[in-house]
Amino acid sequence: MTQDATGVSAPASVSALPARLRRIGWAPTVGLLAGAVYCLIPVVWVLIAATKSTAQLFSTFTLFPGSGLLSNLHDLSAYRNGEFWTWMLNSAFYAGVGALLSAAVSGISGYALAKYRFAGRNAIFNTLLAGVLMPPVVLAIPQYLLMAKAGLADSYWSVLLPSILSPYGIYLARIYAAGSIPDSLLEASRIDGASEWRTFRSVALPMMAPGLVTVFLFQFVAIWNNFLLPFIMLGDDSKFPVTVGLFTLLKQGAQAPSAYTLVVTGSLISVLPLIVLFLSLQRYWRLDLLSGAVKS
Amino acid sequence: MLSMHRRIAIGLTAAGVATSLLAGCSSSGSTSSAGASAQATASGPVKLTYWSWAPNMDQVVALWNKSHPNIQVTVEKQASGDDLLTKVITAAKAGGAPDLVQAEYQALPTLVSNNVLADISKQDGSASSKFAAGIWKQVTLGSNAVYAIPQDSGPLMFFYRKDLFAKYGLTVPTTWDQFAADAAKLQKEDSTKKLTTFSSNDAGLFAGLAQQAGASWWTSSGDTWKVAINDAATQKVAGFWGNLVKNGSIDNQPMYTPAWNKALNDGTQLAWVSAVWAPGVLSGSAPATKGKWAMAALPQWTAGANVTGSWGGSSTAVTNNSKHQDAAAQFALWLNTDPTAVAALVKDASDYPAASDAQSGGALATAPDFFSNQPDFYTTAAKIAATTAPAAWGPNVNVAYSAFKDAFGKAAQNKSDFGAALNTMDQTTLADMQKQGFKVAG
Repeated sequence: MTQDATGVSAPASVSALPARLRRIGWAPTVGLLAGAVYCLIPVVWVLIAATKSTAQLFSTFTLFPGSGLLSNLHDLSAYRNGEFWTWMLNSAFYAGVGALLSAAVSGISGYALAKYRFAGRNAIFNTLLAGVLMPPVVLAIPQYLLMAKAGLADSYWSVLLPSILSPYGIYLARIYAAGSIPDSLLEASRIDGASEWRTFRSVALPMMAPGLVTVFLFQFVAIWNNFLLPFIMLGDDSKFPVTVGLFTLLKQGAQAPSAYTLVVTGSLISVLPLIVLFLSLQRYWRLDLLSGAVKS
Repeated sequence: MLSMHRRIAIGLTAAGVATSLLAGCSSSGSTSSAGASAQATASGPVKLTYWSWAPNMDQVVALWNKSHPNIQVTVEKQASGDDLLTKVITAAKAGGAPDLVQAEYQALPTLVSNNVLADISKQDGSASSKFAAGIWKQVTLGSNAVYAIPQDSGPLMFFYRKDLFAKYGLTVPTTWDQFAADAAKLQKEDSTKKLTTFSSNDAGLFAGLAQQAGASWWTSSGDTWKVAINDAATQKVAGFWGNLVKNGSIDNQPMYTPAWNKALNDGTQLAWVSAVWAPGVLSGSAPATKGKWAMAALPQWTAGANVTGSWGGSSTAVTNNSKHQDAAAQFALWLNTDPTAVAALVKDASDYPAASDAQSGGALATAPDFFSNQPDFYTTAAKIAATTAPAAWGPNVNVAYSAFKDAFGKAAQNKSDFGAALNTMDQTTLADMQKQGFKVAG
């Protein structure tokens, strides 16, 4: 989706340039187009494959749409009395609540790290940087063992709690707060008698909003697509997110065929909320460009 | 899948780091186990959880719940495969494993050596008479203990396109020599067609073929193991398939891919060495070919012999974490031996039952829909199942299987020496056992 965002804004900025600079650079254009095709082909494949019935899926031409979309949707909804929609709701819950809390925690922590000087600030920040470099999959099993000790394994909390603390989100919020909130504005607020909390809420937070939207989106996508953490944490299939749920459809043991059509259709549906989310939150990203121009 | 194991391995080594990072989140709590079993009280019914991947298992279990109000079982559907094995072992270490797990036969030694499974010989030991000796041996690991009740089995058979075999004048092979001759003849008739493929993704099939040839990959005496993956029998099997791949008379691409489905669907591949559950897979992968297939016994190494191997098959095991092992053992026995239960397993979960009585009549009286042209499908299958050679699994089959994927994947792609790949597989497995601290002879 990020490619789409830049793809949309690129022509606008090109047309603003003087005519002599508007010559098309063929090499980069062809390179970018090739990149776009490379990224979009799998999406197109999923889109077309979801319209094919079981009989058509592997026997008809790959890019030729089939006639099974409605029956696929029906079968998917009928699978174990609508288990798929339970998974979708679970994913929405994990990703929505997790990303919201994560954005809140990142906002407060990033602001504090950027605007206050206190003992151990650099130590905390460096630890966070180390956390950014560590892939979250590495933590899944230790986190499971901890959750099991706390009696929280196989609960909604076991997936939600580890998603809230995102070192990358805090890092991003810190950078964003440092760059977009002038110290003079905070001083003015304090001189006017606002408490620290009020200063953060009414002055700093609105200025950080575009950054926090970014953190929210990043976390939402990360949690939505997360596989290993919920796979390890959850045993009860009615708590599965859609990623783990579809995996059980794909691997039903040797004696049962993989439910390819259901998995493909399910994958398509599971991508839709992400697309909607990006399109609807895109305008906050444009705001990002303007808010960078505050003079201090 | 391999990458996931690597990640999990990395995850375990990083445990120390993570503990310090997350110290704030952990609370000092009593050790508890997830799953309903822990919450069962003396007054209410016993509640059991069961991890299974078989489709519609919840419907089979509903029959039990109806007739056993005091022991209520909840099915939590999982994805099959080595990843589930990792998940079960991790959960067991944290005390959170379910009461019952579905486990493939080759996974049992791994689960037993990780202390996951309970010995249910006291409760279910008398069930041995209901299963073929070769199958029962897989759940006892040759000891006096019983670690699981056999659920389904997968005797190997030969599946071929009857119409295309007639078209190209191929004979249904009864020996592997004839099989190779068929592959070569087909190449002469139509070079775009292949008899079958050698799949480096499916170690289970290779293990079954080696089993047929008389291989015994792991043996143990006392607490000492012996690894013999590159024994003479397996070398014979590897050499045979290696030659077919090398001279191009069969394909070298993996099975269970969209490309493979397509090849089965449009008749580019004419045959499939597979197990009794093949009709289910074919109906999903190659629906266009319904009614065009036939099943025969697996080709033999010596003419007139009558041996087959097995591919897949699983059992129902009770875990050490379970607080209600008696109830769980009772359920496991019912699920796999009670006529009503087994009939439901066959019908709803598409299992080929391990229990000898259940392999004829009942739900298996009529041929699978996809093979309606072969009415005696299950009668023939039961005869073949009775010739299954015993399997011998060790505590690190998953390592051997992933070594197979790596080594044979390369060899099949480069059409190079399968014997060398087999040695690599043997050495990797042996080294892993030594590293894990098993006593290994030779």
